[in-house]
Amino acid sequence: MMNKQGRPTTGAATGNGELATISGHRGLDREVKLIFETGRPGASGVDLPEPELKHDRLGGLRRRGQIGLPGLSEPEVVRHFVRLSRKNYAIDYGIYPLGSCTMKHNPRLNEKMARLPGFADIHPLQPSSTIQGALSLIDHLAHWLKLLTNMPAVAMSPKAGAHGELCGLMTIKAAHEAQGHAHRTVVLVPESAHGTNPATAALVGYTVEEVPANERGRVDVAVLKSKLGPNVAAIMLTNPNTCGLFENDMIEIADAVHKAGAYFYCDGANFNAIVGRVRPGDLGIDAMHINLHKTFSTPHGGGGPGAGPVVLSAALAPFAPVPLIVHGPNGFELIEDDAAAKAHDAKPFGRMCAFHGQMGMFTRAMAYMLSHGADGLAQVSGDAVVNANYVLASLKDVMSAPFAASGPCMHEALFDDSFLKDTGVTTLDISKALIDEGYHPMTMYFPLVVHGAMLIEPTETESKHALDEFIHVLSELAKEAKGNDKRRFEGAPHFAPRRRLDETAAARKPVLRWTPPAKAQAAE
Amino acid sequence: MRYLPLTNADRNAMLGVIGAKSVDDLFRDVPREAYLTTLVDLPMHAGELEVERQMAKLAARNVAAGSVPFFCGAGAYRHHVPASVDHLIQRSEFLTSYTPYQPEIAQGTLQYLFEFQTQVAMLTGMDVANASMYDGSTATAEAVLMASRVTNRKRIVLSTNLHPHYIETVRTTAEAAGLTIVEGNETALDDKTACFVVQNPDFTGAIRDITPLSDAAHAKGALLVAVVTEIVSLGAITPPGEMGADIVAAEGQSIGNSLNFGGPYVGLFATRQKFVRQMPGRLCGETVDAQGNRGFVLTLSTREQHIRREKATSNICTNSGLCCLAFTIHMALLGEDGFRKLAALNHDRAVQAADKLAKVKGVELMTPTFFNEFTLKLAKPASPIVDQLAKDGIIAGVPVSRLKPHDRNATNLLLVAVTETTTPADIDALVAGLSKVLS
Amino acid sequence: MTTKYTKDHEWVRVDGSVATVGITAYAAEQLGDVVFVELPAVGRVVEKGGDAAVVESVKAASEVYAPISGEVVEVNTALTDEPAKVNAEPTGAGWFMKLKMKNATDLTDLMSEDEYQAYVKGL
Repeated sequence: MMNKQGRPTTGAATGNGELATISGHRGLDREVKLIFETGRPGASGVDLPEPELKHDRLGGLRRRGQIGLPGLSEPEVVRHFVRLSRKNYAIDYGIYPLGSCTMKHNPRLNEKMARLPGFADIHPLQPSSTIQGALSLIDHLAHWLKLLTNMPAVAMSPKAGAHGELCGLMTIKAAHEAQGHAHRTVVLVPESAHGTNPATAALVGYTVEEVPANERGRVDVAVLKSKLGPNVAAIMLTNPNTCGLFENDMIEIADAVHKAGAYFYCDGANFNAIVGRVRPGDLGIDAMHINLHKTFSTPHGGGGPGAGPVVLSAALAPFAPVPLIVHGPNGFELIEDDAAAKAHDAKPFGRMCAFHGQMGMFTRAMAYMLSHGADGLAQVSGDAVVNANYVLASLKDVMSAPFAASGPCMHEALFDDSFLKDTGVTTLDISKALIDEGYHPMTMYFPLVVHGAMLIEPTETESKHALDEFIHVLSELAKEAKGNDKRRFEGAPHFAPRRRLDETAAARKPVLRWTPPAKAQAAE
Repeated sequence: MRYLPLTNADRNAMLGVIGAKSVDDLFRDVPREAYLTTLVDLPMHAGELEVERQMAKLAARNVAAGSVPFFCGAGAYRHHVPASVDHLIQRSEFLTSYTPYQPEIAQGTLQYLFEFQTQVAMLTGMDVANASMYDGSTATAEAVLMASRVTNRKRIVLSTNLHPHYIETVRTTAEAAGLTIVEGNETALDDKTACFVVQNPDFTGAIRDITPLSDAAHAKGALLVAVVTEIVSLGAITPPGEMGADIVAAEGQSIGNSLNFGGPYVGLFATRQKFVRQMPGRLCGETVDAQGNRGFVLTLSTREQHIRREKATSNICTNSGLCCLAFTIHMALLGEDGFRKLAALNHDRAVQAADKLAKVKGVELMTPTFFNEFTLKLAKPASPIVDQLAKDGIIAGVPVSRLKPHDRNATNLLLVAVTETTTPADIDALVAGLSKVLS
Repeated sequence: MTTKYTKDHEWVRVDGSVATVGITAYAAEQLGDVVFVELPAVGRVVEKGGDAAVVESVKAASEVYAPISGEVVEVNTALTDEPAKVNAEPTGAGWFMKLKMKNATDLTDLMSEDEYQAYVKGL
């Protein structure tokens, strides 16, 4: 008998992508209201026992009036956030080639380890006899970081890369002050530097002077040397630099900096390119932060939390901030104040944060390091550099790579927009078209030293197959940009949960929170 | 190595395309004397099972708070986190995404940041909040720097009852930035003062009406910075925004986040609308896309380091993303009723504990008002008592001398925190333990 | 009335002793959509070449330098609500501030309209 229930199963009958649905949803891509628009009084996603208290001890300060928080049951909350999650790109979904960000695979073993109650459920101020394992882990991680950098000390408490920079510069300032060199007030920063470098130097009260790049994308050593003088406190250099290149003259620069009586701060954001192969201590640097969320794969989590331990040279080590971990007769001990530190020949410049740093990141980074070992870490940097050079070699002719002629890149490949000249297509258009192709764009318009920069960092955790697909797409986009039909760039992305967003309107009239409708009307 | 996809064949094929002889050849820009020819002296790679064994061994040498009667607070609090929170924050799309710089494919992150900012503004009673800072102590340091920018003044007065670690953190950062720090009370305010920083409930656990303090600060043209280290307290007590605070810096760990031995936590930062452009940190704002649909973007970025460089309002480059998501989810689960009940329950248990403990011979309750944490004065030094009780399987609290080692009056003081996770049996165990060591 | 230009793309139009200052169409176009303008306080004395205001687009922030020395006598408060005027009418309704000119000689090293157009063409 003929099946009358048959229906078309090919895509042929589908057509107009602009078709509006009744609900506003588009298949799996659902519109999601704010929790404040769906919640209502009385609902809750937790069950708690009834408080028994008759009289409070709040001194007459009991909170009156509604806070305004919406009420939602657990299934509603779970759905809300699962639906939201589907609007995000993620490493677990595909290549995330943001240059300077090191978006590598995040092993789930690390998540499991960080959640062991012996790590996650311990308080920072428990008696030291009850946290020997935690202190041992921090000490162990510190040992690995010191060996990998060939530096004698490390300050573990900074909470992110920029916080590490702050720690490093305050250490340098303390060292200068201890030597009576408070008159050193200038910090030299290459123009290709991350914005955090000048921002940090200014925060600590230093005057920032920029050092230009040369035609090979490296720091102009002659100009740098001419700026080194008795007023210079430090230089902040990223190596490998933000153009993805190794600063060949590191040792010469370090010698000149030291001869001038200044310290050498290295921004370690790009340590992933050299881990296990080059130790910053062998290059003459005095301080470097290590972004555990980059090189050692603690998850970026949509923008944090990070962790930024700072390795220090012998000259700077005594000034590291509290807390310090020492090994005493009763095992590991935390040194939390200046007086106690003095007994250990330390002169800490102060304290970076309330407790001991990002323990939850330390456990993840430690699991990552133990998994890789010395051999795995050397392979990490090697494969990261192979992958980046493969991208560079495959795309340099169809796109434009300003420094490709000067030799291999390190962990990231830099392109500029000169191949787009007179096409009407911009770096932004290429990025947004990539979104339609199912990829997260590369870092765009950074570093500032090349025009319309596109900085691609594939990382070592991409397979050749994944890179080949990505290269193919980018190469075709570059060709189309130079061709006659540019429709796919106009108004891209077309296939994302949202089209291009009006950032101008957002900045002109900032709406930074939800307001109840009645109040919102009254305010107008 | 299980995380690294390239095979030898892949690598060789790729080196062929690149035109390099070997991997080492790609590192030719490294000075030869600094290029390692052997591996660093560390163990070789290890499988999951082996790593788990090593890590578990270290974890087993710690006493987990949940395994004993537990009373530590002082800026970090043990609360119950619903199972769905940890499940949701481990969704790949949240865990393994970057800062939402491409808003079309990051609406998930951006929308929860907008919800987070709204929750924080509501809780603190302020107009606006940012997308979070590292933690409460660094948020306080940022608040002080912001107050200096707003008032164009360089003198900062910190209340003596601010958490001692917060005082040190603020002092370190602010002095490096050229500000002068004074510790004192409202009488230390003068017409050169940028702000007065006061914690409520304060470090000892005591609660006070800070309205007179904000009036005193405003009379001198200074701002009032209110610090909250236990955010659950705002389910029970008047928020700083209703008591005249201009900036609120808070620790949000209590909601959604484990103790984690001190980090990562989530700093909350809220202020008045008129100061928005002086705020540090990331901000998410509402807008529309090219088709007129509501969407969210990071906004007012010209305040930030990646654009403003040395003229930025802060050098901060991250927020506390995942911890802030955990906060948002936990707060969404609680809702108005749940959050208020949680706060009441904390206060309830703390009052019960304080009353029982105050009856122990040699124990005096020093804080007549409090939320879920209070100070006891013991007949003997607190630090050895805490160590002794730890041996007996009770983590009795934080000896104040640990945080104020130079304060002789602190020797016998013990800071005790009680939350909804504390059972009546836990309280009885502490009563019995203290009775024994003090007798 | 004469209008003069700086290399930093400010214009200054002098009427008697009062000079009106703004940014050029070229600068406004380079910045993109202006979203915020930070103006100096009335009464502030600015020095030739010193910081006088800040103009921001979504992705850029620029200092506006005083083309001449003088006291700020009026600022264009309309820009606070409608920063878009800087893009729409940079040399008209998008003006930033009026200065009471201190030295007429401050004008001598500034460019004329033709000189400025030639300068921009060369960028």
